[in-house]
Amino acid sequence: MHRVECDILVIGAGGAGLRAAIAACDAGARVVVVSKSLLGKAHTVMAEGGIAASLGNVDGKDDWQAHFADTIIEGAYLSDWRMAEILAKEAAERVYELERYGALFDRTQDGRIMQRAFGGHTYRRLCHVGDKTGLELLRTLEDQVLHRDIEVMDETYVTKIFARNGRIQGAIGLQMKTGRFVAFEAKAIIIATGGCGRVYKVTSNSWESTADGIGLAYNIGAELMDMEMVQFHPTGMVYPPGAKGLLVTEGVRGEGGILLNSKGERFMERYAPERKELAARDIVARAIYKEIEEGRGTAHGGVYLDISHLGEAFIKHKLPSMYSQFRQFADVDITKEAMEVAPTVHYQMGGIRTDPETAATNIDGLFAAGEAAGGLHGGNRLGGNSLADILVFGKRAGEAASKHALASKLPEVSEAEALQETRRVSSYLGKSAKGPNPNALIEELRESMENGVGIIRDRSGLSKTLKEISELKSRQAQVRVPGTLVFNHGLLSALALENMLVACEAITRSALERRESRGAHWRSDFPRKSRRWHVNMVCFKGAHSMKLRTVRVRPMPQRLKRLIKHEVYR
Amino acid sequence: MTTIRLSIRRCDPMAGIAPHFQEYDVPVEEGMVVLEAVRYAAEKIDTTIAVRWNCEAARCGSCAAEINNVPALMCKTRIDDLAGRITVAPMRAYPIVKDLVADVSANYETERRMPAFKPFSNLKEPWKMWQPDVERSKEFRRCIECFLCQDVCHVIREHETGYFGPRHVVKAASLDTHPLDSLDRSKHMNEEGGIGYCNITKCCQEVCPEKIRITDNAIIPEKEGAADGAYDPLMRFIRSAKKDIEG
Repeated sequence: MHRVECDILVIGAGGAGLRAAIAACDAGARVVVVSKSLLGKAHTVMAEGGIAASLGNVDGKDDWQAHFADTIIEGAYLSDWRMAEILAKEAAERVYELERYGALFDRTQDGRIMQRAFGGHTYRRLCHVGDKTGLELLRTLEDQVLHRDIEVMDETYVTKIFARNGRIQGAIGLQMKTGRFVAFEAKAIIIATGGCGRVYKVTSNSWESTADGIGLAYNIGAELMDMEMVQFHPTGMVYPPGAKGLLVTEGVRGEGGILLNSKGERFMERYAPERKELAARDIVARAIYKEIEEGRGTAHGGVYLDISHLGEAFIKHKLPSMYSQFRQFADVDITKEAMEVAPTVHYQMGGIRTDPETAATNIDGLFAAGEAAGGLHGGNRLGGNSLADILVFGKRAGEAASKHALASKLPEVSEAEALQETRRVSSYLGKSAKGPNPNALIEELRESMENGVGIIRDRSGLSKTLKEISELKSRQAQVRVPGTLVFNHGLLSALALENMLVACEAITRSALERRESRGAHWRSDFPRKSRRWHVNMVCFKGAHSMKLRTVRVRPMPQRLKRLIKHEVYR
Repeated sequence: MTTIRLSIRRCDPMAGIAPHFQEYDVPVEEGMVVLEAVRYAAEKIDTTIAVRWNCEAARCGSCAAEINNVPALMCKTRIDDLAGRITVAPMRAYPIVKDLVADVSANYETERRMPAFKPFSNLKEPWKMWQPDVERSKEFRRCIECFLCQDVCHVIREHETGYFGPRHVVKAASLDTHPLDSLDRSKHMNEEGGIGYCNITKCCQEVCPEKIRITDNAIIPEKEGAADGAYDPLMRFIRSAKKDIEG
C-alpha cells in the first residue's frame, strides 16, 4: 500500500485547513493537506459578507471588547468565553496578515480596510471584498500554500483515522483519481472538514458539507458538542427547484428589502415590531416559517422579499450578484418583481469539542478547527464570525499541532489495520448492485431531518426522526454500489452517508435533550429559555451507542463578565 | 412531466472503457440546469457516472464541461436555453480521469511557478491603498478557476507550446495590478509562460462565466509589458518619435 509519512496531516482544504497548513509549515513541520474536493473549491469560496474584526476603521469606537460581547450575547450565552475572547482579540491581526499575504480588501476614503455593518454586530466590523470575500480569502491562502513546501493531495477522501489508547496514529484515504488507497502516518491530524448542511434537504451548503470530519473524529472517541445548534438563514431561494436553498444575502434586507406574505402583509411588523426585517436571524427565520406553515406562503412555498421600490440603479449597484442570481436562475428581475424566499440551513454552530488555546480534542494528537469544531458560536453565529474563526483557530491549530508533532515520534499504521479498512470500503462495491442506492437513503435522511429537526421542533417529531435515523443506519449497512474505486460517486455517497448519520443522530439526540428554546434551537413544546439549560450538550461514542451528557457552560472571569449584559430569563 | 434525452460522454481509461456517448432520459422541471439533469442521471440512474460539482451556484467552477460542444458551467446552463438534444462532454484540453471529470492538476503546478505576491519593502503598516487602484485588480480576482478559458484556447488544444494559458495570465495580471506588488510578471509570462503564442483570438474571453475581459485586460497588457521589457530602447525611440509628431 502507498504510504505517506508526515508530521501533520490536515484533512480539509477550506480556509481553516489551509491556514492551519501554513502555520504548521512555518513552524517547521512537514505538512500534507488532503481534501475531497479540488484545491480551491471549498465551501469557503461561497462566503459573501466579510471577516468580522474590530479594526475600528469605520467606527472608531469598536474594540475587541465590543466584538467579544456581541459574540457571547448573540451566541445565546452558550459560547466558550475563552474562544470568543481569542477570536475578538486576534481577528484583526489575522486580517492584516491576510492583506500581507496578498488579499485585496475594499478601502475606506482614507485608504484603510473598509468595514460594513451586519446583523448583530454593534459596529461596522466586516472587512470585505465586494460580495466575494470568501473567494479572495481562499485564493490568497491557496497561493501561500502553493508557494510553500506543503504537499496537497486533493480529491482524496479520508475514510478512517487510526487511534490506539486515546492517541492518533494516522489515517487512510482513497485517492479518487487513481482508485488507490493511501495510508498516512502522521504525528498529528487536524480536522478542518467544515460543516454538515447537506444532511438537510434545503441548504446553502455545497457538496462537501457532509459531516466527514465529525464522523471521523466521533468514531475514534472524540467528543462533539452543541450539535443541536443548526443555523437556519432566513432567506434562501425557493425557486427553481435546482436553486432551492441558495443564499439570498442578508444585505437585501440591510439595504431596505421588505418581507411580505401572499396576502401582501408586511408580517415582520407582527413578529418584531421594532427591528422588523432586521431582527436576529433566528427570529426572522421562524417568522417566515410560521407564515408558510399557516398557509400564507407563495405557490412555491416561500414568502416575498421585495426591494423593487428602491429602483433599478440602486439595486444593480448595491446587490449585483443578487440581481444576476435571480435573473439567471429564476427569470426574476428583482428591480421590478419580488423574490421568493424561505429559510435555508446555513451553518453548524456545534462540532468537535476542542481546547480554546490549542484547538486540541480529547484524543491525543487530534486537532479541529473551523466549522467542524464547536464551542465558539454557541447557540447562534454572527455573520462574519466564521471567516474570522477559520483564520484565528486555523492558525492556532496549525501551531499547536506542530508543537505536538515536533515533540512526538512517528506512529505506525499496521498493514493489517490498513488492509482491513480497504476491505471495508471495497465491500460496498458489488458487481450486480443489489443493495439500496446510497443516494436514495441520503434523500430519505434529508427529508427526515427537514421534517423532524427543522426550524421548529417538538418531542414527537424529534423522536420520529431519531427512529428513522436508526432504521436508515441498518439499511446503510446493506448499501451496494456498482463500479470501481476510481471516481465512484456512488461509493463516495455510501461513505459520506456513514458520517451524515453520525451528525444527524447527534443533532437529533441533543435537540431532544435540550428541553427549552434558545438561539437557533426552538422547541414548540418548550418555547421558553430556561436557566437549567445553560449547558452545552456533549455527544460521544459509548460502548454500544451514542452517549450524551450535559456540561455547565464554563463560567467566565469577572473581567469579561463586566463587558456583557447579563442573561435575562423570564 | 416532460423528459429530455441527455447524452453523456462516458469514458473510463483505467477500466479500459473507450469514449462513447450514452443516453439517459431525465425528467425536466422548469428552470432546470444541465448540472441537475446530469446529477439526476448520476444519482438515480447510473451511480458510476463521474461528474465533479460543488456549489451549484456558479461560484466554485467545478462543473466546467462542454455542453453541445460549447465550454460552459453545467450549473449555469439552463436546459430551456438549449434546443433539442443535449450532449455533455468533459473539457477536451485535459486528460480524462473518468467520464466528465478532467484532470486539471497541471494548473496547480503552473501556479506554483508563478512569482508570488511580493510587496514593496519598508511599507508602513497598516497599509494604505485607494479604492480605484484596488478596483483594477478586482476584475482578475473574480476568477473561479473553472479553467474553461484554458479549455477553449486553441494554442493549448492544438499545439504543444508550453503556453501557460489564459487563466494563468489572469493570475499574473491579478498580482501585477495589486497596488503594492513590487514585481512585473510579464517577463516570466513571456520567457516561461509562452504568452507570445497567444494570437488574441479572444475565445477565452467569450467563455468566461465571470465575464473577465481576459484578452483585453490581462493578456494584451502582459504582452505589452513583455514587449516593453524586451525591446526597451526601441520603445523609447518610438515614444520619443510619437512625442515629436504630436509635439
